[in-house]
Amino acid sequence: MSNEIILEAKKIGKYFYEPEKFRVLDDISFEVKRGEFVSLVGKSGCGKSTLLYVLSTMDTDYEGDLRIHNQSVTGMKQNQLAGIRNEKIGFVFQFHYLLPEFSCLKNVMIPALKLGNFSKEEIEHRALERLKMLGLADQALKPASKLSGGQQQRVAIARALINDPLIIMGDEPTGNLDSKNTDIVFDIFKQLSHEMHQTIIAVTHDNDFAKRSDRIIEMQDGKILGEVKN
Amino acid sequence: MPKKFNHNISSDISMTYTFSKMKLTVVAALGVTIGIAIYIFLNSMMAGFARMSDTLIFRNIAHIRVYKDDDISRPLIASENSDKKVNALVNPKIVPESQTIVNPALLMDLLRKEKDVTMVTSQVATGIFYHKGESQIAGNTIGVNIEEADKMFDIQTTMVAGKMLDLKSTPNGILLGVGVADKLSVKVGDNISISSPVNVTKVMKVVGLFRTANSQIDKVKSFMNISAAQQILLQNPSYVTDLDVNIVDYKNAVNYSNRFSALTGYKAEAWQTANETFVAASKMRSIILTSISFTVLIVAGFGIYNILSMTISQKMNDIAILKAMGFKGNDVTRIFVQQALMIGAIGVTVGLLLALLMVNVLSHTYVGGDIGYFPIRFEPFVFFQGAMVGLIVTFFAGLIPARKAANVDPVSILRK
Ligand SMILES: Nc1ncnc2c1ncn2[C@@H]1O[C@H](COP(=O)(O)OP(=O)(O)O)[C@@H](O)[C@H]1O
Ligand SMILES: [Mg+2]
Repeated sequence: MSNEIILEAKKIGKYFYEPEKFRVLDDISFEVKRGEFVSLVGKSGCGKSTLLYVLSTMDTDYEGDLRIHNQSVTGMKQNQLAGIRNEKIGFVFQFHYLLPEFSCLKNVMIPALKLGNFSKEEIEHRALERLKMLGLADQALKPASKLSGGQQQRVAIARALINDPLIIMGDEPTGNLDSKNTDIVFDIFKQLSHEMHQTIIAVTHDNDFAKRSDRIIEMQDGKILGEVKN
Repeated sequence: MPKKFNHNISSDISMTYTFSKMKLTVVAALGVTIGIAIYIFLNSMMAGFARMSDTLIFRNIAHIRVYKDDDISRPLIASENSDKKVNALVNPKIVPESQTIVNPALLMDLLRKEKDVTMVTSQVATGIFYHKGESQIAGNTIGVNIEEADKMFDIQTTMVAGKMLDLKSTPNGILLGVGVADKLSVKVGDNISISSPVNVTKVMKVVGLFRTANSQIDKVKSFMNISAAQQILLQNPSYVTDLDVNIVDYKNAVNYSNRFSALTGYKAEAWQTANETFVAASKMRSIILTSISFTVLIVAGFGIYNILSMTISQKMNDIAILKAMGFKGNDVTRIFVQQALMIGAIGVTVGLLLALLMVNVLSHTYVGGDIGYFPIRFEPFVFFQGAMVGLIVTFFAGLIPARKAANVDPVSILRK
């Protein structure tokens, strides 16, 4: 882990207005460094996902300031934010969200084809490398819909990695997986953060998963309750 | 930072969506095909009808007719001197004056020099009676230079007996409408006598019979040499009642008629003004066909709209993750608009072929009369217009749902 700050939340606040107005995030401030593997835990409904979507730049309806890679993204235009997500953030959700008509390989390639930093051949090569790393080299050309749940989740991780993002964000990335697949995903995250120095922020309610990460941020009722460094 | 490569992934995704759901694509494209084919077919029919009925009408009249109109006396003549307030009040009546055009040769020269004028001829038109034995028929005759008149009215194609050009070599020859000949029971080579409004009777030799599209006209009309017509009216060889003018674009005749009125000092009447009912009928026909063809296209547009809306609601997850991964609103719009356009392009292409086939079959369908085969043919402009309108309808039918897709909030889908 280096001392370079990759993500900084300053007094993030947010309201929901349905069914009645309430403050779902209340003055949340913290910093995440390069290569850190952070777990976000807390009781169901405490605002973990809501916070993650603010950090992801997809939810722009909040107060306070969010800085990613030393750049304030608060108040940026949608198109600019899309560019930042494409280049700097990878996403893994509880559900895989693969495009079912495309092969696994093509699914992994899509964010890189969008970014356009490499030629098509290079992108294909990089995608295969990542699938190999996740033990899926032999599944590359199968349609995404033909894989098992654990395999699909690993393809989704390969896709999140294709552009070498600074930050990988996960909302319960192991929520639908059995313990074996959970271990695989955890090991990959650990390897990415410690060897590739990519930052990981994962919402989880799996205590075991959280305990094995570098740092746990615990939330309660929209506030940070406390932190544990492992 | 400028991109190093543009891989056009939106277009790639669009293609995959279009061809992985072949059934939907075919159904939507079929709607466009039928819409386009019917649109082009109806519009080709309309163009064919218009061309045919215009051809038929110009066998009887010129684009613009210049003649001496009856003057009506002014009912109220204001006093010239304003202090003496004495105004004359007169019954309106036709001022008796001859129908002649003074110095027609000069006017014809003048008209021929006008821009866009293709042909000018003169004629003497008058009402007459045809006699043969006991039978007598009221009708009208037109004294013409037959070669010029043929160029203008295409008399040759209406001839059913005798030779049109025999009129030239027969000073007292006459070409009769078939209806007149039937009533008088005469055939080519027979003599008939005619009498004019000034009670001159003259024996004429029937040199030919013609049949126009209008049997009412065939029952009254005849052609003779202009000199013969001048004789029976007891007029000199410069006497002319009408100047007929053809111009390049007959649809613009109204604009020219005003100019020609001012130029000649006589009434110049455009064919549209003289045939208001005919013009109104063709307007009605084109309104009916145009609205049917547009309705069909709109229905095809709705087909695309529905199928695209359906695709989009099935692809909400894809849209959400694409936006999360950095696709902009416009990229998403592009995916679905391109899908619509591809469906449209397939539909339009097949529709053009289908329309070609329909036009071809109908153009070989015999309908009889002096129309013969159905008056329809390949109209390049109509086909081009059909293709363009089809693509425009498709574009908007795709754009509306695609814009909705572009505005999807990914968070609302991904957090489920
Ligand atoms: N779109 C929304 N509108 C209103 N309330 C919401 C919305 N999304 C989530 N909530 C509420 O906000 C709170 C926090 O939700 P969430 O961030 O999903 O919690 P967690 O991920 O920690 O379980 C919950 O009480 C939830 O019901
Ligand atoms: Mg949650």
